[in-house]
Amino acid sequence: MNQPIKIVTVSDDSDDFVLSDADAQAIEHEKHHYEDPRAASIEALKIVQKRHGWVPDGAIKAISDLLGIPASDVEGVATFYSQIYRQPVGKHIIRYCDSVVCHITGFEEIVTELEKQLKIKPGQTTPDGRFTLLPTCCLGNCDKGPTMMVNDDTHVRLVPSNLANILEQYQ
Amino acid sequence: MATIHVDGKEYEVDGADNLLQACLSLGLDVPYFCWHPALGSVGACRQCAVKQYKDADDTRGRLVMSCMAPASDGAYISIEDEEAKAFRENVVEWLMSNHPHDCPVCEEGGNCHLQDMTVMTGHNSRRYRFAKRTHENQELGPFVSHEMNRCIACYRCTRYYKDYADGTDFGVYGANNNVYFGRPESGTLESEFAGNLVEVCPTGVFTDKTHTERYNRKWDMQFAPSICQQCSVGCNISPGERYGEVRRIENRYNGDVNHYFLCDRGRFGYGYTNLETRPKQPFTYQGEEQVTLNTEQAVQSASDIIKGSTRVIGIGSPRASLESNFALRKLVGADNFFTGIEAGEQQRLERMLQVLKTSGVYTPTLREIEKYDAVIILGEDITQTAARVALSVRQAVKGKAREMAAVQSVAEWQIAAIQNIGQHAKYPIFTTHTDRTRLDDVTAWHYSAPAADQARLGFAIAHAIDSSAPAVADLNDELQKKADFIASALKQSRKPLIISGSQAGEITLIDAAANIAKALKSQGVDEVGLTLVAREVNSMGLAMLGGKSLDEALSAISDGADTAIVLENDLYQRMSAQRVDQALDQLKHLIVVDHQYSATSKKAELVLSAGSFAEADGTVVNLEGRAQRFFQVYDPSYYKPGTLVFAAWRWLYLVNSAKNAHSSDAGTLDQLIAALASEMPQLAGIVGAAPNADFRIHGQKMARSPHRYSGRTAMRANISVHEPRQPQDQDSPFAFSMEGNNNPKADRNEVAFAWAPGWNSPQAWNKFQDEVGGHLRNGDPGVRLIETSNQGEYFAEIPASFVATEGQWQVAANYRLFGSDELSQRSAVIQERAGQQTVTIHPADAKTLGVNEHAMVSFAWGGQQWQLPLSFSDHISVGTIGLPLGTNGLPASLAGQMIDNLQEGHA
Ligand code: SF4
Ligand code: SF4
Ligand code: FES
Ligand code: FES
Repeated sequence: MNQPIKIVTVSDDSDDFVLSDADAQAIEHEKHHYEDPRAASIEALKIVQKRHGWVPDGAIKAISDLLGIPASDVEGVATFYSQIYRQPVGKHIIRYCDSVVCHITGFEEIVTELEKQLKIKPGQTTPDGRFTLLPTCCLGNCDKGPTMMVNDDTHVRLVPSNLANILEQYQ
Repeated sequence: MATIHVDGKEYEVDGADNLLQACLSLGLDVPYFCWHPALGSVGACRQCAVKQYKDADDTRGRLVMSCMAPASDGAYISIEDEEAKAFRENVVEWLMSNHPHDCPVCEEGGNCHLQDMTVMTGHNSRRYRFAKRTHENQELGPFVSHEMNRCIACYRCTRYYKDYADGTDFGVYGANNNVYFGRPESGTLESEFAGNLVEVCPTGVFTDKTHTERYNRKWDMQFAPSICQQCSVGCNISPGERYGEVRRIENRYNGDVNHYFLCDRGRFGYGYTNLETRPKQPFTYQGEEQVTLNTEQAVQSASDIIKGSTRVIGIGSPRASLESNFALRKLVGADNFFTGIEAGEQQRLERMLQVLKTSGVYTPTLREIEKYDAVIILGEDITQTAARVALSVRQAVKGKAREMAAVQSVAEWQIAAIQNIGQHAKYPIFTTHTDRTRLDDVTAWHYSAPAADQARLGFAIAHAIDSSAPAVADLNDELQKKADFIASALKQSRKPLIISGSQAGEITLIDAAANIAKALKSQGVDEVGLTLVAREVNSMGLAMLGGKSLDEALSAISDGADTAIVLENDLYQRMSAQRVDQALDQLKHLIVVDHQYSATSKKAELVLSAGSFAEADGTVVNLEGRAQRFFQVYDPSYYKPGTLVFAAWRWLYLVNSAKNAHSSDAGTLDQLIAALASEMPQLAGIVGAAPNADFRIHGQKMARSPHRYSGRTAMRANISVHEPRQPQDQDSPFAFSMEGNNNPKADRNEVAFAWAPGWNSPQAWNKFQDEVGGHLRNGDPGVRLIETSNQGEYFAEIPASFVATEGQWQVAANYRLFGSDELSQRSAVIQERAGQQTVTIHPADAKTLGVNEHAMVSFAWGGQQWQLPLSFSDHISVGTIGLPLGTNGLPASLAGQMIDNLQEGHA
């Protein structure tokens, strides 16, 4: 049969993904908080991501089996939220704010500097796996912009010259 | 009713509708995407904006989404308002910002709702000049292609696939400007109704893959109103032909039957009409050598054979039209006519007909099934045996959510609100089968047991509803409790529906179903429905026509009939090869009239090349007793002059003329129908199933092709540069090609293809309906032949419970949607979708046998051997074996038989 479109199937090692007992238990536990097991899918994804760093394809299947809901539902949730990672990410995740106020206070200079230092573009991970650079929307720190988060830490009143120092803290 | 004012004019509309429905029903054009008549409103695409005013004096107004605003009495709106127009034009521009600019290479082109709406809004030049988001496509199996770049994110596909058809392997992924609709990963779409995505999606994301290889535009096709031949439901279809082959089947709207949806067997199973192996000319044999004949020779030789025979019998077929069966009956005489249906099935069909006529219980249309509020299905896995019914039952189950929402005064079209209120609420549905069924996901309780035990449960339910219905002796307590529970659920419902059928191979299941229905009626539940599923497209028609069974035909051969004429029937699909061989070998002459080359044709001395539904007209009767006419789509001899393919009835009529009157009168369809109606009063109604050949619109016949059909003058240039006159159709009100009328406003209900000015996509059906999503303006085609009257008694023959015997297995009929139908199983894509079939036994039986799952097992029956991989089911009873009847040459009559030689490996 003619196949007009080249089909690329994304594959990774995820078929081998095995949910750890502890995570499976934690998800079971979450499931019982809700009337509809669908409601537990976000928590389940967070649990996997916490241990694994990101959510591989195999985890989608594992969660769907555990919650008894279609994989398409879990995948829908997993891909809806930008903070659930469906690809491997670096050890540290930089999330710079690109919303309105930080736009005015100059986030662009910050991104340019970050790109220069890390030699990656937003959405990418450094080859050594140390940093992933991502945009995010307003962090609620508008009065102290431009701002960014690295992992759970918030850094405010950023200036390009200080970025190297900040990044130094994350080995 | 409500009065609304649109652009200064006053209209009467249905106040329960939203403004979009109301406007479309009035024939006014408002563009829309996310709304669909069967899927309701979600207000997602913003395309249907109109201006609404507070009252007659308000001049400012505000934009509202017409699909989300009720058509309340006294509403003032404007479609033509400049602001509303500009808004709608902008919306298309936004929706198109990521859409490719390449309609010429898109398979949706010319049949595309997005094109139509873009033209309607007046948007014609693009300002967006940035990169477009692109996606990878998925491989979705043999039926449906995927081109995600064309998506406008209207969400119709997922609302159809997940919410309407209850599919689980489909969804929407991502967020914002980057959403993706498809499966979690590449793979065949699991839903049996996936093909409807092709019509539900307003763009070219989902298209018909079977059409891809031999593609052409919709406007370059020849269509005819037709009836799906692939099961007893009788969905209405529009097959499209180009260059002498059927290239696609579109849904044909019938407000009583399938409305917007088909199953995938019906939509994609047409490949058998295009097979090279089909007989294209009549032929006979000289020694071993096949010799083709011309029409006169073939007719003459058939007539000579008949005249030289002592007794000629005719074996008809439930997959052939009434006309063809009747013509055969005329040719051989009523005493020599046999239905071609195996005796057991014939008996069950006769019982079903008796029940339909005398139970006093109403048989709903397919559409009406959606409105029942409790369902019990005895013995049929309807997703496999009458798929479209299963889709309707799924809607019935969801009626609970609609009811809950209605209590809160939420309108029927507010689908998101209804789903929110309803959550997972369902009306109860109970099923019984020998194994699990494809309705498990919505079933409240399912009973897996041998057919006789299922029937016993049915009888017990009837008795629990009405104690004067016969009781079942020694039913175990647990089952008795279930029977009581189901009885009370059915009794409490307003509209319970009982479904059963012939395919479990157990007549008492039909009796039990009839008893439940009657019992409910006797207890004052007035709106009981009863649906009985038959096996083939015209099984009911044959039951009504009457005739003796195939078994009796074979006996007649043993008793000295020396010639048999077999009509569109492969006898090997029905009975053991041994029995068929034995009979056929005794014949002096076998004449086969068929459009396929079957195992039966191989035994024939003379084969008459019949037309399939694509090349012939005829009438078939569906499971509810609705007679429906299908019309010839194209004339194959136009493209290949030597082709001699005619409706089977025409061959038989010609033979009859030659035999009786030495004439070559070919008859017309209308003559034949008139004769049928006068000789068979029970079928007289079929005259009204469709307009006759004299029907005209302004003196014109109806056209089979759109007016912009192109290439006609060149399509035969390989044969001759002179374009011949189009073939003339004496039998139907349709003209070949685009010569004729196709005005959507004309008074007609036979519609070859959906098209109206400005509406090229299937959404054009709006223009043919009395109200959008309602019935066709001039009535839905077809006519119901059976009027029920209450005369029947309760059935009292209750079967004994099944007892397993060691070393023996009773055959449980596992019909398969993909693979069991004699015709569509010949289509390559159906074979691909069907995959490998298996035999099913209980793990405990496997243990005794010492075989593992997936091992090859073999068994023999009726002189034939089979070897198939094994699968396990915890649901199938010990001592029974599930066989995929109809596939792998497993004849239907195996149902209920005993197999005593099941073993690993070769038999
Ligand atoms: S794939 Fe088609 S139906 Fe689905 S959202 Fe996109 S345009 Fe709409
Ligand atoms: S349900 Fe039956 S009639 Fe309808 S499309 Fe499917 S096979 Fe054809
Ligand atoms: S806009 Fe950057 S923190 Fe609010
Ligand atoms: S059709 Fe009304 S918003 Fe989409």
